[in-house]
Amino acid sequence: MLKSFRALLVRDLKLAARVGGSGVMGLIFFLMIVTLIPFALGPDLNLLSRIGPAILWIAALLATLIGLDRLFQADQEDGSLDLLRLSHAPLEIVVLAKVVAYWLVTGLPLAIAAPFLGLLVALSPEGMLAMVVTLLVGTPALTFIGAVGAALTSSLRRGGLILAILVLPFMIPTLIFGVSAANAALGGTIPFMTPFLVLVALSLIAAVVGTVGAAAALRSAE
Amino acid sequence: MRGLRLSVNNLACERGERRIFEGVSFTLLPGEALVITGRNGAGKSSLLDILAGRLPAAGGVILLDDAGERTLPECLHYVGHRDALKTALTAEENLQFARDFLGNPALKPREALDAVGLAHAARLPVAFLSAGQRRRVALARLLVAHRPLWLLDEPTSALDTASQETLRLILERHRESGGMIAASTHSPLFLKDAKEIRIERTLTPPPYAGEGASSSSVFPSPGPLGHPLPHRGEGTGGEG
Repeated sequence: MLKSFRALLVRDLKLAARVGGSGVMGLIFFLMIVTLIPFALGPDLNLLSRIGPAILWIAALLATLIGLDRLFQADQEDGSLDLLRLSHAPLEIVVLAKVVAYWLVTGLPLAIAAPFLGLLVALSPEGMLAMVVTLLVGTPALTFIGAVGAALTSSLRRGGLILAILVLPFMIPTLIFGVSAANAALGGTIPFMTPFLVLVALSLIAAVVGTVGAAAALRSAE
Repeated sequence: MRGLRLSVNNLACERGERRIFEGVSFTLLPGEALVITGRNGAGKSSLLDILAGRLPAAGGVILLDDAGERTLPECLHYVGHRDALKTALTAEENLQFARDFLGNPALKPREALDAVGLAHAARLPVAFLSAGQRRRVALARLLVAHRPLWLLDEPTSALDTASQETLRLILERHRESGGMIAASTHSPLFLKDAKEIRIERTLTPPPYAGEGASSSSVFPSPGPLGHPLPHRGEGTGGEG
């Protein structure tokens, strides 16, 4: 079972490296949003640094959504999904391997890029550190929630929009606690750990529910 | 792997609330092959999909004896119309993945490619291969992991004559080692004493033609070597 997991993880990472695809696309999309907003808001550094965490989190959420529709659709189209069903490893393991690979090529780069993009929204060094930590902990929740939507829309040709509509409401709690944890690190009345631990909990819950839910969706799709 | 036995009884299939076929029954013993024929749209691929666990059956039973704790999908290889190859990866990488992922490894990817005559293309991305070559890479997947039951959906499509003969030899070798094969096809596969089953589309009563009910006929294995196959179209079905 571990061998199947590793084989699929390695395959998806290799594919991401060869094709480029969603990882690079998400990162560029992230960069675009974060670059555009200071131009739209004007050169008010206080305002920017105050809403900076929120901007970065919204951009990260949208960047995760881009390319998510291909998570299972690409395998569905070329028949690989039929091959993936034939393993002795259950579909949950298949989903887990694919989501982990997807997060490694999209979520992780976003978290690593956050300090550099934090410069654009005048974040303080503590703010940048808080962004890296909250994104590192929070983006898995976004990916796992998105995986359920991706599995549900895997057989639809243009499932991208439906996917976004389906999963965005469920991503809101992650957004709220991600932003409030990042803000708490910058000062304020609530201690950092309170929203941060909720964010951790959201990621852990999403990891379980998302894996089981996406596997169930793949099973019921014909 | 020895002694695995597949019996299908009175299987029915529905797609989009329309009955495609019903009353399909057969058994497969180790070393036996089943050739599934029928017109386009008769449900040949659907039958294989049901066996592979991709589609739910609308009725009937599929029994697997002596499989131990394995489920049916864990005992089979499926090569369908879509080759399940990643075009960005090389032929060898695709097979290596299948070998690691499916478990029970058999031949190494190089040896499997050699067996289908594609050793020279091992390091080429699949995107550069022709349709026939891709099909051969997909068929090489049969050889990289041990699975007793092979489900093949029109395995000879896009293959040239020499490759068809290679495929026949691979299939016969699999049967000799106790494997089972179920293949849907339009062109003859020339397998020794293969069972044959012809699937006819169930005609729905009004508003359609209003003709007879289901009609699928199963022929038993002709037994000892060399008997010709019964002609298609006779049997229990009662068409029209």
